[in-house]
Amino acid sequence: MSYFIDRRPNARHKSAVNRQRFLQRYRSHIKRAAEESVNRRSITDMERGEKVSIPTKDISEPSFQHGPGGRRTVVSPGNKEFAEGDRLRRPGGGGGGGGSGEGQAGNQGEGMDEFVFSLSREEFLDFVFDGLELPHLERKQLQVLEETRPVRAGISKEGVPARINIVRSMREAQARRIGMRAPLKRALREAQEALDAEERKDPVLRNPARIDELKSEIARLEKRIASIPFLDTYDLRYNHLTHQPMPSNQAVMFCIMDVSGSMTQAHKDIGKRFFLLLYLFLERNYEKVELVFVRHHTVAKEVDEEEFFYSRETGGTIVSSALTLVNSIIEARYAPEQWNLYVAQASDGDNWDDDSSNCLELLNESLMRKLQYFTYVEITPHAHQALWEAYDTVRAAYPERFAMQQIVQAEDIYPVFRKLFRQRAQG
Amino acid sequence: MTRRKPIATGSDWNFEALETYERAIAELAREYRLDTYPNQIEIITSEQMMDAYASVGMPIGYHHWSFGKQFLSVEQAYRRGQMGLAYELVINSDPCIAYLMEENSLMMQVLVIAHACYGHNSFFKGNYLFRTWTDASAIVDYLVFARSYVAKCEERHGVEAVEQLLDACHALQNYGVDRYKRPSPISAGEEARRQEEREAYLQTQVNRLWSTIPPVVSELAQEPLHDHENDPLGLHRHGRYPSEPQENLLYFLEKNAPLLEPWQREIVRIVRKLAQYFYPQRQTQVMNEGWATFWHYTLMNRLYDDGLIDEGIMLEFLQSHTSVVTQPGFDSPYFNGINPYALGFAMFSDIQRICRAPTDEDREWFPDIAGSDWLETLHFAMQNFKDESFIQQFLSPKVIRDLKLFSLVDDDRDDSLQIEAIHDDRGYRRIREALSVQYALSAREPNIQVWEADIRGDRSLTLRHVQDRRRPLGQSLFPVMRYLHQLWGFPIKLESTEGDDIVRRYQWPIPEPTRESA
Repeated sequence: MSYFIDRRPNARHKSAVNRQRFLQRYRSHIKRAAEESVNRRSITDMERGEKVSIPTKDISEPSFQHGPGGRRTVVSPGNKEFAEGDRLRRPGGGGGGGGSGEGQAGNQGEGMDEFVFSLSREEFLDFVFDGLELPHLERKQLQVLEETRPVRAGISKEGVPARINIVRSMREAQARRIGMRAPLKRALREAQEALDAEERKDPVLRNPARIDELKSEIARLEKRIASIPFLDTYDLRYNHLTHQPMPSNQAVMFCIMDVSGSMTQAHKDIGKRFFLLLYLFLERNYEKVELVFVRHHTVAKEVDEEEFFYSRETGGTIVSSALTLVNSIIEARYAPEQWNLYVAQASDGDNWDDDSSNCLELLNESLMRKLQYFTYVEITPHAHQALWEAYDTVRAAYPERFAMQQIVQAEDIYPVFRKLFRQRAQG
Repeated sequence: MTRRKPIATGSDWNFEALETYERAIAELAREYRLDTYPNQIEIITSEQMMDAYASVGMPIGYHHWSFGKQFLSVEQAYRRGQMGLAYELVINSDPCIAYLMEENSLMMQVLVIAHACYGHNSFFKGNYLFRTWTDASAIVDYLVFARSYVAKCEERHGVEAVEQLLDACHALQNYGVDRYKRPSPISAGEEARRQEEREAYLQTQVNRLWSTIPPVVSELAQEPLHDHENDPLGLHRHGRYPSEPQENLLYFLEKNAPLLEPWQREIVRIVRKLAQYFYPQRQTQVMNEGWATFWHYTLMNRLYDDGLIDEGIMLEFLQSHTSVVTQPGFDSPYFNGINPYALGFAMFSDIQRICRAPTDEDREWFPDIAGSDWLETLHFAMQNFKDESFIQQFLSPKVIRDLKLFSLVDDDRDDSLQIEAIHDDRGYRRIREALSVQYALSAREPNIQVWEADIRGDRSLTLRHVQDRRRPLGQSLFPVMRYLHQLWGFPIKLESTEGDDIVRRYQWPIPEPTRESA
């Protein structure tokens, strides 16, 4: 007696819970490994998962075991030249019973000091972005959102067949049937009793006309009772849905990058890495984050993601061009009352001499008031220039909403990123 | 016998072909008197196979990080191509559940049906260890009970508390087995029904045991006093508790640990019951795989002889079978200990040979079975032995010669290793003896038993380790004692004995001023 079952369509990932338990338990180990790997690998690589290794001794499950020493006999296959009584040097040369015989040495000889396993991309990014958030996110403009979702709102008498509420409909029908039958049944009973009374009389005293009348009355009533419908259209009840506006946080992130000639390829790479990290972070944290990519040299241009990360340009640098563009985009498309606005900017700090004061003015006068958070990373090993100083003034004016950091080399990206988006204590 | 048309050819399988092959194999198996549980054959994907691996092949289990670790390491090895997944996995249950991977070729599926559904299955049903120690019909129910009970505890007491408890129990699970008593059968309904009354009853038992404890006197705690002078009233003259050493540490803890909550005792019990269930498998590796391999080999050959599989499938089978039963020599880079498939297959095939065509040597070594009915003898061997005794009884000089077995003595008092015996007349018996010991569970795992619970003193628990040929305990000793301490709640002492002497003492927590070493 045998039977086959095709289990392939069944749920896989039965071990998912256990896997998560394991990751949870070794969180700190894995996080460290994830951080190291962010710095090590090229950021375009972020699309794949990561191999993580943990020292085996940290995750061993101990049990009572024999240690080295004492006397043991091992039987092994494949004897070629040994004869009884042969003496062999102990492998490894350690006196004092270090070896456990060749049988077992072969068994455990592999370098298994590290327990290595793979994280999926999602899990990996979870660890990378653990504890980060967009600061000052507020719920803006709940009323005028077009986004709605259907919500149950009681029962109605009208609706589409798909939303019929069967239980309520049947209850209505039953109530109606009981209500409509009651007077008819009463009349029927009375007529029946009258008929019985009439028929019990002595045949001489019977009134045939009365009997006929009663009989036809009974027949009429029975017909009426039978004609009461089991279910009528006005019994039907429908689940009523209304559309409720959905509260949501809308956010826009402006990514501004300097692509001028003064930015070397290395600078641009670092900048791109920073933004990619940012992009991945936003992409997975907020469903409703819009991204606007702005690149600039002497003029600024709004571009799509592809172009932002992968195309090249040269020229001089006018930072205010980008800020002006951002400002006009905000005015055109993203009303500050409705959107959480974020700006992240990467540059090498170069700017036309007199432009930095323009930037300062732009930020202080109009932009900063609209923004939730402005982050600036300067990618340069050199001394700061006018732009940094201008921004420093802005930072003094808006310490809560303005952050700037310097990146010297690729390894700084991740720590700086973490510093900028560290989760703040609520309150 | 007339040759029939092959049921299917090529390497792709379908359910129809598998069902036909299954029926053909079942028919042949009846001929060979293979008595099996009904088969429940499940086709699964490689991912599902990895899941099955991680849960030791159990179709359902409670959650624990160690299974996640197992899963990750299997997944990693598989992805890197270091390891192929097993083609099948079979569970000792009634009906017998066998998992077949969808990636297998037609030949592989037929082979696996013969191997698992008739080989392993008949072993589970026939071997005395499985018959005595496991209840195939109840295991799935019990796993369901265990899973929901553990989940309930996690809800009530937190995942972490349960996890820590399971960690401690897992460390001791090899010591959660009654080796000599037949355990009572387990079933989920029964367990759930009894669990609550057991909870209440157990607690009263424990309370009664511990209610006799006088307040701990510090002097007494240091050195239990038993002599008349210091204890004229005989307060300490109660003999040891337990009066006999206890081999089942988890059982002892479940019944006697003073501070465990009822739910904690129940979880100790669950781990113990499952350890008990796996206990026979750990002792019959060679026999179980050997038996299954012998039968897949025999059945596949019969299918070929009857014309039900064609040359293509047969060649593919022989190639696969050969690699399964390969035994690399000790000096080969592929050497990974003795291959249980190779040894088991060689031994069962050799028993068949001894019965059918005995040589003079066989008549001398195996007068009882030489020339007997081979099927009868094979069934007898399968039913009544475990690896240790099977090797002791049936390892023949021919197998020793074929595998070129030799035994090597490693003694820490000797600065060189010595070849004790090789495959010659003087060596056969010694090799057989040594190999048998090598498979004895009692030699593979240190022999540790509960010696005394000091219920009238400092409540410490003393274990005794009986050293086997002076082999000391390994490094993992202290972590395990720490877990023991968590379960028992009071100091744990461990004494290693050699003969009648105590040669080493260990204690956890490690006492403040380190004792002079014993």
